[in-house]
Amino acid sequence: MSSWIVTNLWLIPALPFAASLVILSLSNVRRKSAAALAVIGQLLALAFSILAFLPTLQTHGFRVVQNFNWFTFGEQTLRLGFILDPLAAAMLMMIALVGLCIFVFSVGYMAEDRNFVRFFAYLSFFSGAMLGLVIANSLVLLFIFWELVGLASYLLIGFWIERPSAAAAAKKAFVTTRIGDMGFFLGMLWLYNRSGTLLFYDGGNGCLESAGLAMLGASPAVAGFIALLIFCGAAGKSGQFPLHVWLPDAMEGPTPVSALIHAATMVAAGVFLVARVYPLFSLGAINGVTPSLTVVVWIGVTTALMAALIAVAQADIKRILAYSTVSQLGLMMVSLGVGGVAAGIMHLLAHGFFKALLFLGSGSVIHGCHGEHDIRKMGGLRRPMPVTFVTYAIGMMALSGVPFFFSGGWTKEEILHATAHWPRSHATYYLMLAGVVLTALYMTRQIIYVFFGNSRSASERVHESPRVMTTPLIVLAICAIFFSVLLTPAWPWLHTYLTGESAQFELVRLIQPMFFVSLVLVGAGIGFGIWMYRNAGAPERNRPAEIDPLEYAQPALFRFLANKMWIDELYNRTVVAFSWMAAHLSDWMDRYFWDGLVRGFGAIGQLFAIFTTSVDERGINAGVDETTAGARSLGRVMSTAHSGQIQTYLGVVAIGMLALLLLYAWLA
Amino acid sequence: MTPTLQIFLIVSGALFSIGLLAALSRRHAIFILIGIEMMLAAANLNFIAFWRFGPQHQPPTGVMIAIFSIAIAAAEAAVGLAMVIAVYRHYHTTNVDQLDQLRG
Repeated sequence: MSSWIVTNLWLIPALPFAASLVILSLSNVRRKSAAALAVIGQLLALAFSILAFLPTLQTHGFRVVQNFNWFTFGEQTLRLGFILDPLAAAMLMMIALVGLCIFVFSVGYMAEDRNFVRFFAYLSFFSGAMLGLVIANSLVLLFIFWELVGLASYLLIGFWIERPSAAAAAKKAFVTTRIGDMGFFLGMLWLYNRSGTLLFYDGGNGCLESAGLAMLGASPAVAGFIALLIFCGAAGKSGQFPLHVWLPDAMEGPTPVSALIHAATMVAAGVFLVARVYPLFSLGAINGVTPSLTVVVWIGVTTALMAALIAVAQADIKRILAYSTVSQLGLMMVSLGVGGVAAGIMHLLAHGFFKALLFLGSGSVIHGCHGEHDIRKMGGLRRPMPVTFVTYAIGMMALSGVPFFFSGGWTKEEILHATAHWPRSHATYYLMLAGVVLTALYMTRQIIYVFFGNSRSASERVHESPRVMTTPLIVLAICAIFFSVLLTPAWPWLHTYLTGESAQFELVRLIQPMFFVSLVLVGAGIGFGIWMYRNAGAPERNRPAEIDPLEYAQPALFRFLANKMWIDELYNRTVVAFSWMAAHLSDWMDRYFWDGLVRGFGAIGQLFAIFTTSVDERGINAGVDETTAGARSLGRVMSTAHSGQIQTYLGVVAIGMLALLLLYAWLA
Repeated sequence: MTPTLQIFLIVSGALFSIGLLAALSRRHAIFILIGIEMMLAAANLNFIAFWRFGPQHQPPTGVMIAIFSIAIAAAEAAVGLAMVIAVYRHYHTTNVDQLDQLRG
């Protein structure tokens, strides 16, 4: 049974795709069947994912590939394939499970939407593409699913297309990620040029195996450039600086979409990609350091810190979470860059659960507050929304990295551990520590604003969300807690599963310096947050209620952060302005220069046509007319001789004969 | 008076002229046909005459030509009469002056 799914991995993405197609063909009123189809498709995908997951547990370093020919051109054969290894299996499990929770949540959240059916078609489509992405064994196949995922993201961000801001956000996301994908594509072409194959694993001949790496290893600089080009794609998808600008705007989409695509799964695809082609990055590493990995680390550090800082000053509940996502993705990139691949992926998986939980929690809050996004207008929600509050608090503590009980704590510890041992620089380690404090701070601020204090809501009828929405929250909260069982240093099962070793239980490893370091940092972050925001939303001394405490203390800094460090404005003044000018220049060129040229040629043609017309009319036509008139009048004259009288003709013949006879006689 | 070639040729020339005159001047189609038959008879007479007074006049060479010619003339007369009947049925006249559909 289990080996059957291993050889038929394509079924896993095919099921949600099929569900999506069927849902698209449904009419707009078949809401129940659409939701049922989507959930059943996702449930089956989850079941198959579990089936595929089981055999990977049995042997360490399990890896099965299924390659097939796509098409042949000349002597080249393009081969695609599917792969099942611990990385793919773990991702499959996370995506299918989180996806299922979010599908169920959406049934409640989108209940009143007009385009309910279309929404589920898109969600299923996305799920299929994402599941396909993680099991692709060829960079081409991965790229295809990568772009399908991007398309799904575009469709879902712009789901409420009647809002201009949603349409603009969808466009921004698409264009920004496309910039990264351009690099990805170039890297892919270069890789093909160098190694002659884009299959990852192919019985020793794949581009990530010894033969392919040996071919690339001939020139490590080229390998580094290829890796960096591929990283461009990863940076675009995973919202890394400087391509992070689309991700916060993507929160214009419905909240389940933000949870599924822009927090838990799709944005992690960049991290996953780097992990997948990690041998390219680490090729020719000295002491675990290569130039390309160093770039990854610094981009990651910049992103993580910058996004965490911006998150402190945002007011939109979803935007805070979006910047937090950007920041966490930066953290994962750092982890990959310093060599902690397993730690990065573990954080990715844990993050998938708790960030989906947080986003769904925020969705529940928004639903309960009738569409209110501004945390300054909430407050005191812990009483009307107890389930949301408890699950949200669990998610918040997991994200902040509270040690011991919450999954995020262990993975963050691992990442810090890996960063501390990076030989290149210690600055990253200290910057990461600052990031941990900031994460705890902004999450504390958010939770105080939303759930504590007095209600500042304009609408008094705040209500807890229906069962269909709270159940996924509870499931995800349980996941976020129990996932940590697999992550503890005492029994690092997931770590060894990903690296292909066997886990041993050793309680002593639980107590290590990093544990206390993160305990102190998280405590500091949360403590500072509580002290800082203890009276948030209420007036205090000279501070009016609607002013943020940080804004009161440091107005300039707050403005800088609240405006997202003016990066959007910078892009507007440079990149956007440049392309706007280029577009206008092209438009002008087209309108006046090229158009004038074409019109000029047209005028010449017209003149020539007028000339030939007159020649034709006056010369040739007149000549032909004259000739025909002459022929006609001649014919009229001649036709009078044709009396129709046979005897006349016969007489003429007789006279002719007689004349010939006389001529003959005369000549003789 | 011994018959000579000249006499025969004069007779045949006269016959041909009479036939031609008939074919050109009569208005009735039947008479035109009769004129044509007379011209054919003149031609036949020429054949026989030239054969009889030619260098080799073994029978039946010249006579054979004449007999063939008469047979063809009979066939031609049959066709001609049939045409006359067809024309009469169509135009209700055999007066060739009124048959001027070939006028240009």
